[in-house]
Amino acid sequence: MPISIIKAYVKKFDKITIDSNTLSKYYGKLKGWLFTLFKFAILLGLSYIILGPLINIFSNSFFSSEDVYNPAVFMIPIKPTLNNYHLALLRLDYFSTLGHTLIYIITITLIQILITSMVGYGFARFDFPLKNLLFGCVIITIVLPTHTIMLPLYQHFRNWDLLGVFRLLGMKPINLLSSETPMYLMTIFGTGLRSGLFIYIFRQFFRGLPKELEEAAFIDGAGPWYTFFRIMLVNAMPAVITVAVFSMVWQYNDTFYSQLFTMPTDHILTLRLSTIQATLEFIDEIKDPMVSQLAVYAGTILIILPILVIYLLMQKYLVEGIERSGIVG
Amino acid sequence: MNKRLTLKQRNAIVGLTFILPWLIGFLIYYVGSLFLTIQFSLSKVIIGKTGGYTTSFIGISNFKNALLVDPNFNQILVNSIIDILIDIPFIIFFSLFIAILLNQKFKGRAFVRAIFFLPILLTAGAVQSSLQLATQHIMGGASAMMKELTPSSGVNVNYFLGIFQELGLPSVLVDYVTSLVSRIFDIVRASSVQIIIFIAALQSIPNSLYESAKIEGATSYEIFWKITFPMVTPLILANVVYTVVDSFVNSNVVELAFNEAFTNYNYGLSAAMSILSTVAILLILGLITLFISRRTFYYN
Repeated sequence: MPISIIKAYVKKFDKITIDSNTLSKYYGKLKGWLFTLFKFAILLGLSYIILGPLINIFSNSFFSSEDVYNPAVFMIPIKPTLNNYHLALLRLDYFSTLGHTLIYIITITLIQILITSMVGYGFARFDFPLKNLLFGCVIITIVLPTHTIMLPLYQHFRNWDLLGVFRLLGMKPINLLSSETPMYLMTIFGTGLRSGLFIYIFRQFFRGLPKELEEAAFIDGAGPWYTFFRIMLVNAMPAVITVAVFSMVWQYNDTFYSQLFTMPTDHILTLRLSTIQATLEFIDEIKDPMVSQLAVYAGTILIILPILVIYLLMQKYLVEGIERSGIVG
Repeated sequence: MNKRLTLKQRNAIVGLTFILPWLIGFLIYYVGSLFLTIQFSLSKVIIGKTGGYTTSFIGISNFKNALLVDPNFNQILVNSIIDILIDIPFIIFFSLFIAILLNQKFKGRAFVRAIFFLPILLTAGAVQSSLQLATQHIMGGASAMMKELTPSSGVNVNYFLGIFQELGLPSVLVDYVTSLVSRIFDIVRASSVQIIIFIAALQSIPNSLYESAKIEGATSYEIFWKITFPMVTPLILANVVYTVVDSFVNSNVVELAFNEAFTNYNYGLSAAMSILSTVAILLILGLITLFISRRTFYYN
């Protein structure tokens, strides 16, 4: 074969390869586009599943009693009213209840951080007999459903007696129910709402910190408590933020303990919302459940708002915090 | 004191003082309460007027009552366990999938992430019941719409379901899928903590692994199954445990035991119910842990 023909062939092949290159480039681009579209559709759909009911609640909270029964009304009320919010604010006694609730959850969260970080540090850095067994017990407190121990807890706080001291002195045991005291006590003793999980988080985090930190502090003459509060806890900020957010959110939303200990409804916002419909029925004489539900919707929005603000303020640190707090490996 | 403690002994004492608060709480509130619950479940509890109580031993008749006499307990317990077992695999894979999507970079990621974490804030009982109602509104609206559209557009959902069944797919699978679809709202709401944990897990995978895999010419399918999935398996176990415990706390069994105790004042029966359901849940957890931990891959 003459060389010129071969050269022509090679040129042809060159062209073809270039063409297929551009083709695969377009193909890749198309695939990327389709994938993005697919992703977008899925995220949109799922976001709607989460947000849909919320949007519904939000729009319903502006409905007037006529809009409820008007079949032509969908989402956008014809006669929007703030009356529901007015009623909800009044019957929830919103600002006073919110104040009490905030004081309660912030105090609990501070105690929670202090105690669980201490315990976590103790498990992470010190050797003492039966350590592994005791840590196993922490895991048990995470896994064991709380309702297993609810009756004894109820009885315990119903007739609260400081290790039998009161009975010895001839005094009657105190009834600690109908107040937040049981929750404070349980949190102080490291067995509050999901304290086991927080102990676990702190332990994992402290294990990940370099030992040289404490050795340096020890050589400089710092005692273990000084080392813990001034050095280790400060370095554990990511874990502290994670625990703070979760503790606040869970405590705010907890209804199990607040029902069990029959906490006063004018101190716990979420508990109060569950009784608002009955209040509306008796005091405001709104007998129609469809109409009183509107005020409940308004109350729901009012209850979500404060925790949403706290969450949005701390959201940025949350994922970072979880990532660095060492739950992960 | 003549004998001085060694550094090790001193450290042990300091360590014990660090965990002391928890230890006291654990002994009083958990160990003590567990024993009391078992005692309650084995006896007839009579509640005094001043809030005290007396117990008299009656053997296992409370357990018999719970299992054989009570009309609801059996059914509710079995149903909640089945629900949990159906939900777990889906919640785990769903949250892993969403975590992978949300871990990629795209515009508005922070916003979408915030939406998916939102259900964490909405777990309060009263808020939940409002959400349930609103969900019914939406679903009711959708099904009404469908009914109206069916004659005019010719779209018949039952027809499609029929196709699924005639495809020869096992009816168990069809039932599984349809029951998942009908509870999609609950499932999506129940998986936000899991998504957070998976995102954190994904971010902790060293980038060098992906880089070397790409240089070796691995496809993204291979990268997922050979790198991403093994690296997140330790967290799958954690997520399963969290899912089981969390869905159990909100299940009807707890409500039943609670009502039995505080509206019927039948402490013995309620304690028996609690113990039965707890044993069931711990058994499930143990089996799943055994099953998963054998397949778990630990990087270090």
